[in-house]
This record gives sequence, structure tokens and C-alpha cells, in this order.
Amino acid sequence: MEYVIEMRNIRKEFPGIVANDNVTLQVRKGKIHALLGENGAGKSTLMNILFGLYQPEEGEIRVKGQKISITDPNVANRLGIGMVHQHFMLVENFTVTENIILGKEITTAGRVDLKKAAKEVKALSDRYGLRVDPNAKIENISVGMQQRVEILKTLYRGAEILIFDEPTAVLTPQEIHELMEIMKKLVAEGKSIILITHKLKEIMEACDRCTVIRRGRGIGTVDVAETNPDKLAAMMVGREVNFKVDKEEADPKQAVLQIKDLVVEDSRKVPVVDGLNLEIKAGEILGIAGVDGNGQTELLEAITGLRKATSGTIQLNGNEITNLKPRKVTESGVGHIPQDRHKHGLVLDFSIGTNMVLQTYYQQPFSKNKILKFSAIFDKANKLIKEFDVRTPSEHTLARALSGGNQQKAIIAREVDRSPDFLIAAQPTRGLDVGAIEFIHSKLIQERDKGKAVLLLSFELDEVMNVSDRIAVIYEGKIVAVVDPKQTTEQELGLLMAGGKKQKAGELQ
Amino acid sequence: MNVMKGRLFHILVPVISVLLGLLIGGIIMLVSNYDPIQAYSALIGGIFGNGYNIGETIRAASPLILSGLAVAFAFRTGLFNIGVEGQLLVGWLASVYVGIHFDLPKIIHLPLAVIAGALAGALWGVLPGILKARFKVHEVITTIMMNYIALYVTNAIIRAYMLAPGERTKDIKESASLASPWLQQMTDFSRLHYGILVALIGALFMWFVLWKTTTGYELRAVGFNQHASQYAGISVSKNIILAMAISGAFAGAAGTMEGLGTYQYMTINNAFTGVGFDGIAVSLLGANGSIGIIVAALLFGGLKIGALTMQSTAGVPTELIGIVIALIIFFVASSYLIRWLTNRFTKGGKI
Repeated sequence: MEYVIEMRNIRKEFPGIVANDNVTLQVRKGKIHALLGENGAGKSTLMNILFGLYQPEEGEIRVKGQKISITDPNVANRLGIGMVHQHFMLVENFTVTENIILGKEITTAGRVDLKKAAKEVKALSDRYGLRVDPNAKIENISVGMQQRVEILKTLYRGAEILIFDEPTAVLTPQEIHELMEIMKKLVAEGKSIILITHKLKEIMEACDRCTVIRRGRGIGTVDVAETNPDKLAAMMVGREVNFKVDKEEADPKQAVLQIKDLVVEDSRKVPVVDGLNLEIKAGEILGIAGVDGNGQTELLEAITGLRKATSGTIQLNGNEITNLKPRKVTESGVGHIPQDRHKHGLVLDFSIGTNMVLQTYYQQPFSKNKILKFSAIFDKANKLIKEFDVRTPSEHTLARALSGGNQQKAIIAREVDRSPDFLIAAQPTRGLDVGAIEFIHSKLIQERDKGKAVLLLSFELDEVMNVSDRIAVIYEGKIVAVVDPKQTTEQELGLLMAGGKKQKAGELQ
Repeated sequence: MNVMKGRLFHILVPVISVLLGLLIGGIIMLVSNYDPIQAYSALIGGIFGNGYNIGETIRAASPLILSGLAVAFAFRTGLFNIGVEGQLLVGWLASVYVGIHFDLPKIIHLPLAVIAGALAGALWGVLPGILKARFKVHEVITTIMMNYIALYVTNAIIRAYMLAPGERTKDIKESASLASPWLQQMTDFSRLHYGILVALIGALFMWFVLWKTTTGYELRAVGFNQHASQYAGISVSKNIILAMAISGAFAGAAGTMEGLGTYQYMTINNAFTGVGFDGIAVSLLGANGSIGIIVAALLFGGLKIGALTMQSTAGVPTELIGIVIALIIFFVASSYLIRWLTNRFTKGGKI
């Protein structure tokens, strides 16, 4: 069998760690090949070697059977290797066409010929069913569309082998589905794809073969048709993984959070939360399902005091907390695992230890008379690091240096440790691997079992259905239905999320 | 890779920058037909050669330390205070005003004059702070504008109300003076004054506030990540204003070094003193840290004082030291280049 890409026995060391140790990856032409591994397993390192950003210490790379040394990304480009980065490399206020031709402009008499370029982009887009408007500005198109622009960029440069670096991390379920279709179309046209991911569902859905890496070591390659998610997960983590979330039946008590007729406007003065009513009880996890942009973010911001509510009330344990300052909300017993851990959850340039007291630094014992007590702060941090298994060299390591999963564990440790009556978990497992997801789900359930009220916001329907005790569907700023996860289906939820009428089955209220 | 990230690298960059600056400065001297060895030995003599030179170096460094602290303190909070120069001028004037017009025992008069200078600087810093916090007006624009307002307002006030013969104010009273006959005597009658103590206390104060107090925790958190700070219940606007106030106070205190220390009066300034702008360079070279700033200010002070000797004994114009200082700043600012060079050396040519 001819391989289009062959990486044999690759070894790459960084000071102190071996990032890749004897990893072999063989990609067949016209196939989608998954590269599976936990966060920090060495997937990106391997791909950066293929893309010419790193040089391997040992091993050889063959492209279309020819032994080759890829000394920099330009060489990779010439060999027809293109990378669709996780974090897009686009100029926001340029059009799609301008972004795509950047660095490889079509010129007529020395001037950039945008018309001709746009035509070419359009043709390319149509050929692979990408449906991108060549004249739209990047800042005005959705994240999913921006990703397609990235794909077009590599195609425009003549890529035969496309590397997708965790492409679905930023997409909605609908967009993920569309991306899978696009990838299938690309391989049907003769391209080969390497998909870096830690999501088993995507592999099962779209890929032909799968290579697994664990802690830098190549574990093996399997045909997707001959395996199942459990086997893949075990290969990836090195032990059996429990996908079903273990939990007892919920025992809901009194209402902890009550929201009545809440209206919240976004920055353009549009009421994106529009007369919302919701109640969350002690001892239950309430999941919010909805398509992104239906007021979820603004709802959470209004509860936590980050955004002013226009009208309506929010009560916690019967006390009014509407439009209180964030600190007052926190002190009244609200914990918040924010959606964007880098933007809101952590000060990345603070040590992980000092991040642990971001909400409590001004209280005793962490400070007294405005003087910080570092021994108390780091004692607390060490305790939480142990208790929540945050893998960090030390409590003095910058938060920036930790992996996403460990950053998230640190945030959860901080929020849960304050023992708030009401805990908001917004996309708590986004971008994390199965091991970390398992851990975070069990922590949320633990909090529930302690009698706390938990609000879970997630765009992964699986997660909402598996973890929640009740599911509230949000659509255009209103809760349109509250359903029992055991009696509903993904189809029904999908319909409700799209504004469809509720059906009889699974309906609670 | 990791080796270059550590503390060592933070010290290495400024040290290498200084060496490269001196080296290339030497090459420029060669090209311009000056003898760099003679020039640099004259420079070193001009800094350390005798008590007078050492005293003058420390004197020149005192306001530089404070203006460096002013820039660094704002920078730690995510703000670029380009207005140190203006804050320095109003601080200078306020301290001289108190020095001339009050009649108090030294133990009250001198601290009062220093505090007046710091307060005036703080006020001058707070205005851009409020504009930034309330209306999101970029502080770089406003602080630059405030510099010009400060320059012309202080000149106008001196002309209108405080003019003495010689285009300047009267001398301040002895009870408000930082001058120290003892320090002067020790340094062969240089103009060294107690201001260096004020500057060192300032450095200690900055370190303490930033790293040991809840206020510093908030200020730094806001500097790194306003969103996370807001999420954690820290008031972003309050901390922006506070940071500009403290930064301005350092700058105002730098002004008192001139008013109460070196000159004992204030002149009508045709142009900016440059001490405030040099603070940006000092802060950059000192990596925004208290100790770094003290060392960097002493270096810059030394280069400026030493340059005078270099001109008089080696015949090399003082402007060349200006070039050396500019080169040092250039290399610190392009620390990427130094990172690249050191990587080349440590890895034996492989990158």
C-alpha cells in the first residue's frame, strides 16, 4: 500500500520531556486519518514536525514514498501539506478573497486583481461545496465560515494533504456536521486528511483510520470500522473509561435560584434575554440546551452581575441579587465556572496559586489589613491542587503554562471550594479530553449531592443529556420547554432548540 | 528553550543590551575618528574617578529612579504613562511653591514640600486616568497632551506669580531643602542631596504595594486581564484611576528632586527636561522592577555625568553617549534579537 505521508519512529525531545517517542503515522491517499490523544499527548508536536516547525531528533518522514526533510513550513507548503489551525490566522477586516490570496496575490500589470481572485476563490469554494462568499469581510462571518476560509487558503495554495488541528472545538453541533461533510467531499476529490482530535464521536463518524498517541508514545493504528469508542478511549487514556455518567437519582429540595421575567439587552440594545423565567432547586443539575446566541451568555452575565438586567428579578435563596455588583453576587453564594476560561476564568500571567484566591484574596486568612498572606494563599492552593488533581510543576507555575484541562480543574477547584449554594458551570468541559471530562462531571454531581443547585450550560447535547436532571431549552431569550433528559431524545431537543413546538413525550411542564 | 525563559534571561537581556550598546557605540567612535578606548576610560573615570563624579552620578540617578518607577507602576497595571514629564513639572512647581511660601520647622516643611510635589503629580496623572476609566480615551494621547499643558502652565505661573531675576523662581527656604552639606562634603562638594533616600524609599514602596498588598494584587490583575478582574469582583475603573494617581505621585516626587534638591528653585523651561521621558527607558531597561530600575537609573545617570568628562578629556562629544543610550534601549526593546542570538550560541548554531 502506498502511503501519501509516512512518519516513521519519530522522536522529539524538549528540555525535560520527551514529546514524541517512537511515533509512527502512515496516511493513505484519499482517506481521513485521525490522530487521537489526550491534551498534551504530543499530537500537536507531531504535526508541527510534519509542518516543518520542529525538527525531529530521530525518525524519518516520507511524502509520496520519497524520504524528505521538512526544514520549514515553506517546504511543507511546496510538498502540498496544508494546516488548518485551531486558532484562525485571518485578517479580520479583510475580505475572504483578500485573506485567501494573502502572500500569493494574483496581479495584473503589477496591481492585485481582486476580481479575478474572487472568481477563482468562488470556483474553488463551489467545487468542494464550501459555500463561502468571496467578498464578505471576515469580521462579519460566523466562526464556521471563517474555518472554511482557512480550508480554502490551504486549497488555494495547492494542498493535497490537509491537517485539521482540533477543528470542531470552536464549532456548534450543526457546523460540526457540515464540516464532516466537507471533509468527506475533500477526500472524495482525492485529498488526504489528518484530523487531530480527542473526540471519539467525530472519529467514528468521519474517519477511516485512527492512530493513537498516549504520553508521547505511539500506541497503535486501527481501522475505524473495526473498533468502537470504548476501545479507542481505552487506548487513548490507558484504562477503561466510563462514558455513562454515574449518578444517583436527584433529590431536589427548595428553590435556590428564581428568575422572573428577566430582560437583558446586549451591547446593541437588543433584548436577547426576553422575559425569561427559570427556577433551579437545591440538589439538582439543571442543564440549559440551546443554539449559541439565544441569550445564554447574557443570561449568565446578568446573574453574575457582569451585565445589567433591564427588568425582571433574580433571587437567590429568596434574596434579591438583581443588578448587584459581581463581588456582592459572589459573596451571596454564587460560584461561576465561566465559558471562556482564558478571558474570564484566570489571570494567565499570575501563578496558579494566586489564581486560586482570585475571589477571596481580600478575605482572611489570605490577607489581613490589606497585606497579602502568601503562606496562607499557597497552603490553600496546594490543598486544592492535591484535592482536584491539578497537574502543575508547582503552585508558583504561571497559569498560562498549564494545559487546558488543568486550568479548568483549577477554576473548578476555586469555585467549588467556596461552597456556593448556586454553581454555574458554563461549558465546563470545552476542549478537554475524556479523562478530564469524566472528572469534571463527577465533581458537578458531587456538588449536587451535597445539596447545591447547579446550572450547566453546554453546547454539547450529549453532555446536557447525560449530566442534567432537568433540561431547560432556551430559544430567542426565553425558556421554551423544560424536559426530563430520561424521556427526551436528541431529535426532540434539536427541534425545540430550533424553535419548534414541544411534543408530548418527555415533557415536564 | 526553557533555559532562556527563566530569571536568568531577564537579567541577561539588559546586560547584553548594555554591552552591545557600548560596543557599537565604540564602533561609531572609530568610524568618526575618535579613540573608543580613550573615550571609554575617560567615561569610566567620569563616573567613578573621584567623589565628586560619584556624587553627581547618584544625584542624576535620583529623579531617574522615580520617573522610572512612575512608568513601571503604570505599566504593571497595563497603562502607558507617557505623561511622567508633565507630572514631574507640576510636582517640581508645587514643591517649590511650598518651599518658598511656607515658614515651618524643617521636620514638617520638607516632608510637606515633597508631599505637595507628589500630590500635584498624582493630580496630573489622575485626569488621564479618569478619562480612560470613564470614557475609554487612550491614556497615551491624553498624557502626551497633559505634558504640553504642564510645560506651558508651569511657565505661565512662574512668569505671573513667582518670577525672580534670571527667568526663574526665588530660592526655596532652607527648611524645605533636600540639600545635605554632609553628603556634599563627602563627595568633594558635588550637588548630591537626600533625594536619593526619597527615591530608594519610593522603590521599596512600589515593590511593597505591588507584591505584598491586596491593592497591588488588584492592580496587577487589572493590568493582565480586565475581564477576569471584573469577573472576580475587582473594579477596573477604580484601579485604573488609582494606578495613574500612584504613577503620577512618583513622577511628582521626581520633580521635587530637582526643585528641593539639585536646583533649589524652578526655572522657566523652554523645553521638556527629558527626565520624564528617560523614565520610560529606565523602566524598560530595569524590566519594570524596583531593583532593576535603581540599577538602570544609576547606569543612565552615570553615562550622562561621565559623558561630560569624556568630552573634556577625550574630546568625544557628549552626543555619542546619547547614541549609546539609544542603542541600549534599541537592544532591550528588540530582546527577541538577543534571544535569537543566545539560542544560536547555546545550541551551537542549531535553531
